[in-house]
Amino acid sequence: MNWDVIFSVSLESLVGATTVVYALAAIGLNVHFGYAGLLNFGQSAFLGVAAYGMAMTVTTFDQPFWLGLLVGLGATVVLALLLGIPTLRLRADYLAIVTIAAAEIVRLLFRSVTLSKWTGGSDGLQAFSQSFYALNPYSSGISTRLISFSARELWVITVGWVLVVVALLVVWLLMNSPWGRVVKAIREDEDAVRSLGKNVFAYKMQALILGGVLGSLGGYVFALSLAAIQPDTYGTEFTFYMYTIVILGGAARVLGPVVGSMIFWLLLTFINALLPALVSAGVIPTSIMTTNQAGAVGYILVGIGLVLLLIFRPQGIFGDRKEVMLDAR
Amino acid sequence: MRDEATTSGAESAHARATAALRDVPREPGVAKPDPILVADNVVRSFGGLTAVNVKHVEIQRGAITALIGPNGAGKTTFFNLLTGFDKPDEGQWTFNGDPVQGVPPHKVARRGMVRTFQLTKVLSRLSVIDNMRLGAVGQKGERFWRALVPSGWRRQENEITERADELLARFKLDAKREDFAGSLSGGQRKLLEMARALMVQPDMVMLDEPMAGVNPALTQSLLGHVKALREDGMTVLFVEHDMDMVRDISDWAIVMAQGEIIAEGAPEDVMADPRVIDAYLGAHHDGAPAPAATGAQGPGAPADDEPKAGPAGRE
Repeated sequence: MNWDVIFSVSLESLVGATTVVYALAAIGLNVHFGYAGLLNFGQSAFLGVAAYGMAMTVTTFDQPFWLGLLVGLGATVVLALLLGIPTLRLRADYLAIVTIAAAEIVRLLFRSVTLSKWTGGSDGLQAFSQSFYALNPYSSGISTRLISFSARELWVITVGWVLVVVALLVVWLLMNSPWGRVVKAIREDEDAVRSLGKNVFAYKMQALILGGVLGSLGGYVFALSLAAIQPDTYGTEFTFYMYTIVILGGAARVLGPVVGSMIFWLLLTFINALLPALVSAGVIPTSIMTTNQAGAVGYILVGIGLVLLLIFRPQGIFGDRKEVMLDAR
Repeated sequence: MRDEATTSGAESAHARATAALRDVPREPGVAKPDPILVADNVVRSFGGLTAVNVKHVEIQRGAITALIGPNGAGKTTFFNLLTGFDKPDEGQWTFNGDPVQGVPPHKVARRGMVRTFQLTKVLSRLSVIDNMRLGAVGQKGERFWRALVPSGWRRQENEITERADELLARFKLDAKREDFAGSLSGGQRKLLEMARALMVQPDMVMLDEPMAGVNPALTQSLLGHVKALREDGMTVLFVEHDMDMVRDISDWAIVMAQGEIIAEGAPEDVMADPRVIDAYLGAHHDGAPAPAATGAQGPGAPADDEPKAGPAGRE
């Protein structure tokens, strides 16, 4: 059994691109769900339209990379408006239904045959990330006994963590401001906030756009780290992982999504590396599981862990138990 | 608190309201000398049921007006309509001379008409002081881009906090300043909701059953606070079932039954009004102390003493 490999993939996953992508997406979702109380089940669509906006601009329409970023950002805002205008006036559960449906519509449009000459259909798009990697200041990667990243990976990770810090700073500033106070109050009781002279609809829309735009940063990092996009990666389970991360870290906590994402991917990577190794080494007999089944068992174990966490620590890692328990009233 | 409210200045506000309403005829829809709110032909139906059908009503400025009536009379629905939380089928009303029908609730509040709710709406997972701060209007830091620059709103925030702390002290909630509002007792929540409404600096406060579920000791303190609102120059309109309280603090009472206004007048007068007694006892009777208290004081209203006397009295 090669413990070095198991530990190094786990450590790499702590800071790797996947963790960054989910952290950014969850920071955005935390604005929706944690702070504003908006049940957005379509966060994957925000990442999707941003990634496709960028990739289509560069690959399909042969425009510069920076314009692609702007198009992706614009697409995110338009999606937020499209979702919000009809639904934010209604109760929160309607938003949940509409967003999960919208995310599926977006994914199916991306993979539809009719649009495939622009979107690449189910194969998605490639060759849009050259301009990004051309900016790479790293000439070589790093390789130590514990971790190793290529120059490209290093560049994605650097940009990703800078974006995470910026996103955290924005969320921290806003949530400690009177604006954040109104948004949190809306989560508690919309009518009370209305009765105090606040335009609840406008605040919910701003929160929806903000969370979507923060999530879209994750969409860019995701697409650029893989140098390819595929429609089916933007499915509903993408969103459910984000929810897991938000709740794991502690909803409505600034650092919650980042730490949640790190722990989630550390655990998943560690178990997914450990189990097959244990089976191959004969520590776990094949009568219990084979190496092929180890992957599924890994998800089961992580799932059980999360269930236990919710039972014994419903506030997540950073949450305040007293605060969470107020909900029970 | 109550002592402050009954000092000389306080007496005068109460006296002024009493004097202004002394010669107003005791009739439904009567005109007032100085109305702050005037409503005409406000109708709201739910399916076949006409919940509210108010021909004309005026609320006197600077007075405490009670809106009473049996359960299902349409009092809360009327509140919701006036404050924009519900839309009428027809009707117009003006507040401070400006039409407000069709105005969304947050704009109604900004114009100076602020309400509380029958089921208290505190913002549980916000601290008491944040509940209060939220009430202030025109906050620079509530705008998205400005919120990102704390130096742009810090000074205003300090002023708001100072005002909030004064109100918290006045409502004896200062010890709970940093607690989650969700950890307050029912009575404290009522106090917080009222104090928060005052942060808006309204001209008119509309209280939907401010005493519901509050223990008798706290009721006295709440009564003092409501009276103090009048002394601060505010107009108060409140829905209440407790007739003792209505008699104690209101300058004028408006009685609704089945969506219509059936009587108006000084509290003592309307409680003796046969139409009112009929409305209460003919309908499902929920507030036993109310007519009983009236009966105890006014022997001239024999039917008005026990709930079970109702049906017999009618026959």
